[in-house]
Amino acid sequence: MDLSTLQPVEAAVTLAVAWIALGGLALGFARRPAVITSIIYPAGALVALALALTGVWAINAPPSAAILPAGLPDLPFHVRIDALSGFFLLLLGGVTFGISLFSAAYFRGGEGSTSLVCVQYHVFLASMAFVLMADDAYLFMVTWESMALSSYFLVTTDHHREENRKAGFIYLLIAHLGAIAILLSFGVLQGGLGDYRFDALRAANLTPAWATTAFLLAFFGFGAKAGMLPLHAWLPEAHPAAPSPVSALMSGVMLKTAIYGMVRVIFDLIGDIQWEWGLTVLLFGAATSLFGVLFALMQHDLKRLLAYHSVENIGIILIGIGLAMVFIGSGHPVAGALGLIAGLYHTLNHAVFKALLFLGAGSILKSTGLRNLNEMGGLIRYMPHTAGYFLVGALAISALPPLNGFISEWLTFQASLQAPLLESSVVRSLVPIVAAVLALSGALTGMCFVKVYGVAFLGQHRHALVEKPRDASGWERAGMLWLTIGCFALGLLPVFMLGQLNIVSRALIGDGLGEEALAAGWLWLVPTSSQQASYSPVIFLLVIAAVFGLTFLAVRWLYHGRLRRADPWDCGFPEQTARMEDTADGFGQPIRHIFEPIFLIRREIPRPDDRAPVFRQEVEDRHWAWLYRPVADLTEFVSRHVGRIQQGRISIYLLYSFITLIALLVFAL
Amino acid sequence: MTQAGGVVFQVLQSVLIVLAAPLVLGWVNQCRAWLQNRKGPGVFQPYRVLNKLFHKDAVLAHNASTLFRATPYVIFGCMWLAVGIVPVLATHLPFAPAADVIALVGLFALARVFVSLAAMDIGTSFGTLGARREMMIGFLAEPAMLMTLFTASLISQSTSLPTIVETLGGRELVIYPSMAFAAVAFLMVLLAENARIPIDNPSTHLELTMIHEAMILEYSARHLALVEWAASLKLTAYVTIGFAIFVPWGIAHAGDWSALPVALAALVVKLGLAGAGLALLETVSAKMRIFRAPEFLGTAFLFATLGMLTHFLLER
Repeated sequence: MDLSTLQPVEAAVTLAVAWIALGGLALGFARRPAVITSIIYPAGALVALALALTGVWAINAPPSAAILPAGLPDLPFHVRIDALSGFFLLLLGGVTFGISLFSAAYFRGGEGSTSLVCVQYHVFLASMAFVLMADDAYLFMVTWESMALSSYFLVTTDHHREENRKAGFIYLLIAHLGAIAILLSFGVLQGGLGDYRFDALRAANLTPAWATTAFLLAFFGFGAKAGMLPLHAWLPEAHPAAPSPVSALMSGVMLKTAIYGMVRVIFDLIGDIQWEWGLTVLLFGAATSLFGVLFALMQHDLKRLLAYHSVENIGIILIGIGLAMVFIGSGHPVAGALGLIAGLYHTLNHAVFKALLFLGAGSILKSTGLRNLNEMGGLIRYMPHTAGYFLVGALAISALPPLNGFISEWLTFQASLQAPLLESSVVRSLVPIVAAVLALSGALTGMCFVKVYGVAFLGQHRHALVEKPRDASGWERAGMLWLTIGCFALGLLPVFMLGQLNIVSRALIGDGLGEEALAAGWLWLVPTSSQQASYSPVIFLLVIAAVFGLTFLAVRWLYHGRLRRADPWDCGFPEQTARMEDTADGFGQPIRHIFEPIFLIRREIPRPDDRAPVFRQEVEDRHWAWLYRPVADLTEFVSRHVGRIQQGRISIYLLYSFITLIALLVFAL
Repeated sequence: MTQAGGVVFQVLQSVLIVLAAPLVLGWVNQCRAWLQNRKGPGVFQPYRVLNKLFHKDAVLAHNASTLFRATPYVIFGCMWLAVGIVPVLATHLPFAPAADVIALVGLFALARVFVSLAAMDIGTSFGTLGARREMMIGFLAEPAMLMTLFTASLISQSTSLPTIVETLGGRELVIYPSMAFAAVAFLMVLLAENARIPIDNPSTHLELTMIHEAMILEYSARHLALVEWAASLKLTAYVTIGFAIFVPWGIAHAGDWSALPVALAALVVKLGLAGAGLALLETVSAKMRIFRAPEFLGTAFLFATLGMLTHFLLER
């Protein structure tokens, strides 16, 4: 092969196939798990890194396409990489590099059969890569399905536990409901021509009613996969059930393929965006983000809590995308580009910090066996490395400057402040209110991660430890360190990524940020003009660090640095046990109090004369009661009645076939 | 004025505010003493307290982690940055573009998260209680604060404070209904965020009601001094942000250095009045129950939203 004519698409396909090959290789080493963990996972990580670089290359190169020598006769698979695919490949590769490094140690003597997990893991990765490269609806759906199936098997790795099987079932069910909607959306988009290549879908002319139908189908289909309200129910069940690196992959990367699909179909294939669609996305996004964080605050299972935060962050991404659609739909593409860039930036940021947090949760789970926050406590004293990385992730997800989560929320705020451009005064005043919802969920996230960090890592031990928990091992630390660097790099030097995203935006909607925005230099983040708004995370951090250092020295120079250790003061109370600290549930009490109507709370309060008093409280998702159970009941009711025609006698079935045949003949003639 | 001169000016301005911040707190306390028919310790009392604290030996709980020891320095750094960014005397600040109003809110949130984490570090009952309440106040106050700032930003088409000051300071002197609503909301947020009555009482150590004091119970000596100093800086930062948005007159505009003496005089008068007003407000009102706080801050949010809507509907 001649390297000078190599196209990004060829490189990316090769790398994805390499992942599948690595998975196949793992089968051969089923008896020697050490080979799998210390060679195949790191090799997979290197492939991921190469894929990330290919992504950067693809953003800066013209789109390249190819036809794969696979698929059905006369129906080959088309692949194509443009800037949007390149960006998502960068996300997939960059985040997977950290997760695969972590996995190298995590799966050592871990859950399930090492070789099978390794196969599923790499097939899962390759299918995600192909979803991002697909250039016809056929390949897209095939890889979309193989992504869903391989992740289903990963979710049910520990299938001996009933709740995991149940979680897997719910996941598969909603994934398929979503897939049907996506399939129908492609069906509407082809406009009766029967050509499912994306080029043909782009060219098809749709009436506004059909375009809206295609939009709604795609929005809810991809929304189901992304965990959008009210189709989020599978997410907090499935993500915690999987092994932690897989949870990181699912939350960090797989949800993002749904965002990719949504952006691809709405901005690229449908193209002609109405602002009403944007408003729909915006409102669903706001509701999803607020709901996700409120439920996260109610959780005491660390992985479940993180899963609810994924719901929240998908909401934030949707707010960005919705803003973009509102602005583009009303003829303001520059403001729209800002919204789109904010949404995509948050997509990448969430992938990085959520993967980091899930890996941290995995480290805790591995060394202590605990998932329940109420049993942890004081882990910072045993696991200082994990504690450090987790702190960075927690600050990043809480949208605190100068880390990466803040950048994308800041950009989203800036996009929403372009509201005066809009003509309709209702939408104009609605947009800043959505921004206030975003502010509220950001602040609530801060509260939630103070809870997580304070209860799990700080304070006293709640659990009677059999042996001292060990800190994360070398590979695990390397994985978390990579993602931590990502949080800092994306937070401190956002301009580089902004430049890449600007290319994506230009390729996608034909417009990007203004001239002044990119001319400000690497130090300054300027969305529109430096008069309007600017932010410099580097100066921000430098000032705080300089004051920190100078104060530290000045206090020692002017006064002294004497220190002695004593018992805690605590207003003079002589004894402090771990039972006197706040638990995770206790910390969420103000939220339960303030937002009571949103939750379905079941309380069991003992009577005063109870000999063995038990206090129990459960918080349930109202969606189960008003949406999921009625639908499940209806399905059961219908299938019971359909079941009546199944008599189990062959003559009856033959009769059915005969009647059908007659009916078809009548119909055809 | 050159860029270098601007940098020197900005550093000097921030040092001035950092040194003067305890004085603002001392003035508020003195006014309150007068209003309560007490003689009061004098306006320089906070400096004496800080000096005393810096001299003492730090006492640290046995299980305190590095996070606990680093937090006072972190929040002091955050608050220094905050007062350094706000155009207190002049709008010509080369570093001001480093953080706009949204980043300022993020900065306060960063400090709040660190204090709350430090409060939970030792694992005492009061520390966690304080952290929980502080985060509750925080998440209620933040959206209201942002909505207030958005109103100002939408009017001036900018989220950068110097631009806001120059735009709003250049308008004719009439009462804008949107800004009136926003000012009420801002005042309510200011009281809540700075642990003042009616949300919290800065001079109480009554176990069941304290919020901010509960979080810093375990701090002593230099750590406590820095935390207290940072608290007075935060109050000063909030008050000067309020000046910049609602009474921007007197602040020297870019390039106009001859206006500096006037700006300084205006600042002293404004701070004097604001401190006396704060003391009056704290004397005539009583502390609320903790679960009235959501209503209080919900009202603030409502006012801020009303302000924004009035701007859209009436003032365009």
